[in-house]
Amino acid sequence: MNSTHDLEGRMTTDAKPDAVALPAAGQTSRQTGNQTRRQGALERLLRRKLAIIALVVITIIVGAALFAPLVAPFDPSEQFFEGLTLEGAPLPPGERFWLGTDLLGRDVLSRLIYGAQTSLIIGLVANGIAVAVGALVGILAGFFRGWVETVLMRFTDLMMAFPALLLAITLAALFRPSLWIVAMVIAMVNWVQMARVVYTETRSLSEREFIVAERAMGAGLGRVLFRHILPHLLSSIVVFGTLGISTTVLLEATLSYLGIGVQPPTPSWGNIIYENQTYFTSAPWLVFFPGVAIIALALAFNLLGDALREVLDPTQKGRH
Amino acid sequence: MTQTPDLAAEIVLSVQDLKTEVATPDGAKTVVDGLSFDLRRGETLCIAGESGSGKSMTALSIMRLLPEPMARVASGSVRLGGRDLCQLGETEMCAIRGGDIAMIFQEPMTSLNPVLTIGRQLREAIFVHQDVSRREAEKRALETLEAVRLSEPKRRLKQYPHELSGGMRQRVMIAMALACNPKVLIADEPTTALDVTIQAQILQLIRDLQRDFGTAVILITHDMGVVAEMADRVVVMNQGKIVEHGAVSEVFERPKDAYTRELLDAVPKLGAMTGQDAVISAAGAGPEPVLEVKDLTVRFDLRGGILDRVVSRVHAVEGVSFSLRAGETLGLVGESGCGKSTIGKALMNLVPWEGSIRVAGRPIPHGRGEADRLFRRDLQMIFQDPYASLDPRMRVGDLVGEPLVIHGLAKGRELRDRVASLFERVGLTPDQMDRHPHEFSGGQRQRICIARALALSPKAIIADESVSALDVSVQAQVLDLLQELQKELDLSFLFISHDMAVVEQVSHRVAVMYLGQIVEVGTRRQVFENPRHPYTQRLMEAVPIPDPARRRDVFKVPIGDIPSPVRALGESVERVRYVDVGDRHLVAEPA
Repeated sequence: MNSTHDLEGRMTTDAKPDAVALPAAGQTSRQTGNQTRRQGALERLLRRKLAIIALVVITIIVGAALFAPLVAPFDPSEQFFEGLTLEGAPLPPGERFWLGTDLLGRDVLSRLIYGAQTSLIIGLVANGIAVAVGALVGILAGFFRGWVETVLMRFTDLMMAFPALLLAITLAALFRPSLWIVAMVIAMVNWVQMARVVYTETRSLSEREFIVAERAMGAGLGRVLFRHILPHLLSSIVVFGTLGISTTVLLEATLSYLGIGVQPPTPSWGNIIYENQTYFTSAPWLVFFPGVAIIALALAFNLLGDALREVLDPTQKGRH
Repeated sequence: MTQTPDLAAEIVLSVQDLKTEVATPDGAKTVVDGLSFDLRRGETLCIAGESGSGKSMTALSIMRLLPEPMARVASGSVRLGGRDLCQLGETEMCAIRGGDIAMIFQEPMTSLNPVLTIGRQLREAIFVHQDVSRREAEKRALETLEAVRLSEPKRRLKQYPHELSGGMRQRVMIAMALACNPKVLIADEPTTALDVTIQAQILQLIRDLQRDFGTAVILITHDMGVVAEMADRVVVMNQGKIVEHGAVSEVFERPKDAYTRELLDAVPKLGAMTGQDAVISAAGAGPEPVLEVKDLTVRFDLRGGILDRVVSRVHAVEGVSFSLRAGETLGLVGESGCGKSTIGKALMNLVPWEGSIRVAGRPIPHGRGEADRLFRRDLQMIFQDPYASLDPRMRVGDLVGEPLVIHGLAKGRELRDRVASLFERVGLTPDQMDRHPHEFSGGQRQRICIARALALSPKAIIADESVSALDVSVQAQVLDLLQELQKELDLSFLFISHDMAVVEQVSHRVAVMYLGQIVEVGTRRQVFENPRHPYTQRLMEAVPIPDPARRRDVFKVPIGDIPSPVRALGESVERVRYVDVGDRHLVAEPA
């Protein structure tokens, strides 16, 4: 689409000194460009509805996790006698237990609120470490080539081929299972995809002319890598990073299920689902609410990341 | 070939009042406005214009290949043999595309499917429109390859696109376009991506095929030289409108419209500098050359086989020597793959090299380091594509100031002031510093690149195809700016280009490169007025002349591609020996 490209290019420019052909449209888009530039990135972020919704959801979840003892109506481990029917079945959502109770008569809402602590640590810390490691490995392998590339990427391939659960079980056998061990294990397993994505993009970026121009100018490695290459990778990192939140939360659930994750009765969103999945038909709320919580968290970060990416990209300014 | 269009010939395609719109955030924008023309059998109509003039949109509108719903034909008609193409459904259009109207595109590299053989793709083009047996299609495919004069056509049928050179691929594209004997051939910048000698071959081919088959051709191009060589009639477009329409000799000799005149004036013409000596106006020019290159050699290893061993080498640059004095421009010309850009990269230490490079008398160390950083202050580079060589995420003020920051020469208030004065120096205003690259036009971006290159007050600038991506009118302004800067700052330029006319315009001395070596070097007058090496002569012969009165009936360019610079391990390249034909005009001895 050669000419559409030309047209697009012309429409957003003002060709003052080179003027042979000047489209009138250039003038108006230049003004809008100027206006948006004056406003800060935060302000532009807050003008997006979806971004605000995402921020609200994240605030609620983080707030609930931080102030769990104040917010939660009951103790998450307390088993209520009245939390079960006479036949011993869990209660559906009702007046006393808003989101119902589980098989042991515990309040699902309270367990979800306390579970947010675990899930946030896994989804943000473990996933965060995975994102950082993956991005670093990818960017180094993509930029340096040669033996650095060979060593890093073959190691990545090895990690990819290695069964994650086996690794987790091995590590859990070596150390006593705890939340932090689980987080480390998850980080070690999850950086691989990120490394692959970042590696591919860095490879093509480092051959772009503006990177070559930087090097020709004498720019040091740090400047090229972190000021010029990294900002271009942000959108992929954000997208994959937020997708990673749901994957890691569920991986934690798997590990807990196998007995090498968070130990019961400590609740996490993942282990609430796993404990109750067999009762999905008779007590759907036990799986439904933690599921919704995981989806809401992942979606909120995804929307926020998406909005951030657009706000931070100067070529997107003035477009909504 | 300068035949007057046969007015009695039947009209094959008639475009009436065509209007095409593109959706933008600010509403529909008209990119083709009220376009009308008739195309007769056997005629060549050139649509000329600069980027954004709507010429490619016209072609896509006729073919109904617009990226709908982002763009659409708003009104008007395109009549082909009594049918209005704008009214046809998609299925009927499919029969017309490739059958009655065929199209060839600019990029022969990307227009072919890389995983299918040439023969398979040709056969498919035939099957779509003709109900023939497989054997017949194969026969027809072979015939068309012969018609486009591709060497060894039988073998080509079994080859994949990557095994062919750019010129050969464009021949295949033309063969595919002609496989069904179309009435109209639309060629959108068919030779823009090709070297000048290959361009001459392709233009010659289009002419011959047109004569043999009577196809009407719409040739879309920005190159007025190509227009003058090919057109019977010309349509000049500007901002979606026709500004001039007439016979080629009329348009070139008596342009009525001001825009056309401006456009024609801006076109660099080979031979325009004949008889003029190129005077270096450097005031403080010392005897020491600013840049001295001796025996520069660059080779790239090609790996292959199971063990990933080096199996062969690309001999990109072989023992090149030249020097550059203060205030002088050395033009480095040659076709793609001749190694001219590699020389630029080697000088900037972007590729590993051997030999000796001295900048202002000091030898340049191999590899990167503090010494490397120091010499870089004296040597800067402007790249080909102003769109690609600026980081799109940074403000242009920061980009221009970056060399100063990298070399620790200025910061804060002082940095801003220096950047502002650099902006003014290249014809931009300091209040544009806070914008991002995408808000500027191509010419302005190249000015930004020039400002960045000037930031460290270098002694010499390497300009690698620095004006090739720009429209001619903008190109002229950027060239003026470069020459102005040279006079003012005693700058030296290594001007790398494939465009002979531009090189003639700016260079004091010229070096012609072929297969990694310089085959001829001398002053501008020596090389352009008295080319002695056969390759230089061939290059000059192939350049299209923007003057229909001087149109050549036949391009005297031998068919074929430049041989490959790849050699097996251990096989060396024979270095050329130079003969001085007078006054330091060096010419390689014929092998």
